[in-house]
Amino acid sequence: MDKTKISGRYKITRIFYHLFMLLLSAIMIYPFIWSIFSSFKSRTQLYSESSLNILPQPFTLENYKRLFEVLPFGRFIINSVFLSLAIPLTMIAVASLTAYALTRLRFKGRNLLFLLFIATMMVPSHVILIPNYKIIVDMNLYNSYLALFLTNMFTASNAFNIFFFRQFFLSIPADLENAAIIDGCSRIGVFFRIVLPNAKPAVATTAILSFRSIWNAFLWPMLVINDYDKLTLTVGLNYLKETDPNWAVLLAGASLSIVPIMIVFLVFQKYFMSSGLNSGFGGK
Amino acid sequence: MQKNGEALSLHQKRKSLFNLKQREALTGWLFVSPALIGFCIFTFGSILYSLYLSFTEWDLLTKPLFVGFENYISIFTKDQYFYKYFGNTFFFVFTLVPIVLCTSLFLAVLINKKSGRFSKAYRVALFLPSITSTVAVSMVWLWIFNPDIGLLNNFLIAVGWNDPPMWLSSPVWSKPALVIMRVWQMSGYYMILFLAGLQTIPESLYEAADVDGASRTQKFFKITLPMLSNTTFVVIILLVIEAFNMFESIFVMTEGGPLGSTSTIMYYIYEKGFWNYEMGYASALAWIFFLLILTATLVQYKFRNEQGGE
Repeated sequence: MDKTKISGRYKITRIFYHLFMLLLSAIMIYPFIWSIFSSFKSRTQLYSESSLNILPQPFTLENYKRLFEVLPFGRFIINSVFLSLAIPLTMIAVASLTAYALTRLRFKGRNLLFLLFIATMMVPSHVILIPNYKIIVDMNLYNSYLALFLTNMFTASNAFNIFFFRQFFLSIPADLENAAIIDGCSRIGVFFRIVLPNAKPAVATTAILSFRSIWNAFLWPMLVINDYDKLTLTVGLNYLKETDPNWAVLLAGASLSIVPIMIVFLVFQKYFMSSGLNSGFGGK
Repeated sequence: MQKNGEALSLHQKRKSLFNLKQREALTGWLFVSPALIGFCIFTFGSILYSLYLSFTEWDLLTKPLFVGFENYISIFTKDQYFYKYFGNTFFFVFTLVPIVLCTSLFLAVLINKKSGRFSKAYRVALFLPSITSTVAVSMVWLWIFNPDIGLLNNFLIAVGWNDPPMWLSSPVWSKPALVIMRVWQMSGYYMILFLAGLQTIPESLYEAADVDGASRTQKFFKITLPMLSNTTFVVIILLVIEAFNMFESIFVMTEGGPLGSTSTIMYYIYEKGFWNYEMGYASALAWIFFLLILTATLVQYKFRNEQGGE
């Protein structure tokens, strides 16, 4: 008798819990769903009908057609995909090598060096914005992707990757590496043949964090890239707002930028979550 | 004879050992050199360059003209916008930090130690806003906040609020609107950090409390919160920095308006530098801002040390 009472109450709390969580989840997801659905609405429907009606009537691809007409969005997608894959690769190459030296190789000043790298994470990005802009212009790299590569490899976000790799290397034993050294393997050989293959979790985490930050990067690429053909999706979206402030088209553009990163997230969910768990490094 | 040989080999050993040490140091420097050179240009060099620029007047085209403390003096004495934008910046910091802190902790407690398909889905849903780009999300929210045909006001009218706020078009509601959007976007991320913290709390503590007949609230305040203090500290530090650095949402949603009600120091630096081409002035603003964030962080560390944390 008593038992059924308790389990009954437990059931009710559980139902309430799930209802509440569903509501919260809906609040978090609804703007995305709504944006994607609305991008298939006609302009007239979007402007005249209540936004509460989420279903597009009639369903139209007009906005996406217009999107690709106004600006080379196909090109933007290719650029964004290329940069979000290639830049993290170079960042990780630099960060892992540096972190390896700072963890395993003994030399004077290495702790000081590490502190210097870490300290850069405290510096707001706007402090180095103007000097770096000048440096890039002086190096004749304005409007070149190299500007994006270099600044990402050698500023705070990669300092974080160095930190992350160092933490990882500290957590794995050096026995295997030492054995290889005794067998006559060179340091660089050890690094590429033993250390990197064993650092897959750290590589996955930093790759995903960097992928996200490059895909979403805005101010810096907007300042140094000028050709329409070279713009990224995120920057192109802002140009779209300036060239064609038609909301139906803008929502199509926003959805186009949101969906790929959402898919990457759903596929690599585990890594995203653990990257958050291990790092404590937020977006802006 | 034999003794002599031993001494020789010892000598050789020492020599090769010395070489080995030297070689290791050399390899070390070689490995860090790409990063070191790059950082010297794009980070350390840039920071010093920016400090120098803050003492100059410079329009990017002509040579920087050294003016001493003039930029700093006019920022503090003549600039009619500085204090207003300063105030806006602090408004965002003092609203976002406590609100996001509470919501993210609340969410983390809600889904902690729950397994099964549902809670996995909840976790994904709550985390999703924080991975998408602020620019794209801001576009969507711009439409949600639209006073006439936006989602939010349509909803508010439907539930009976006949005169809903104008949100981003109103100098009064623009700041709260941005705060709402940012809380929505940021909470999931910090939730994950809190979840990590919650998982380190040993279950035995709660079991002992259960034996003593502690209530849920008691357990939360007497066990969960104190055990989370390290995580909370990290979250606050990160949140303060992120709140100070708010830029993209303002850029896309309000451009600092209406009537400068959402312009922050960060946005002001961009405006001065890349709209007015007053690079020296913008650099001085950036340095004031930098010192501000640095002080805020150091104060938090000091506070933390006095509290006896790690």
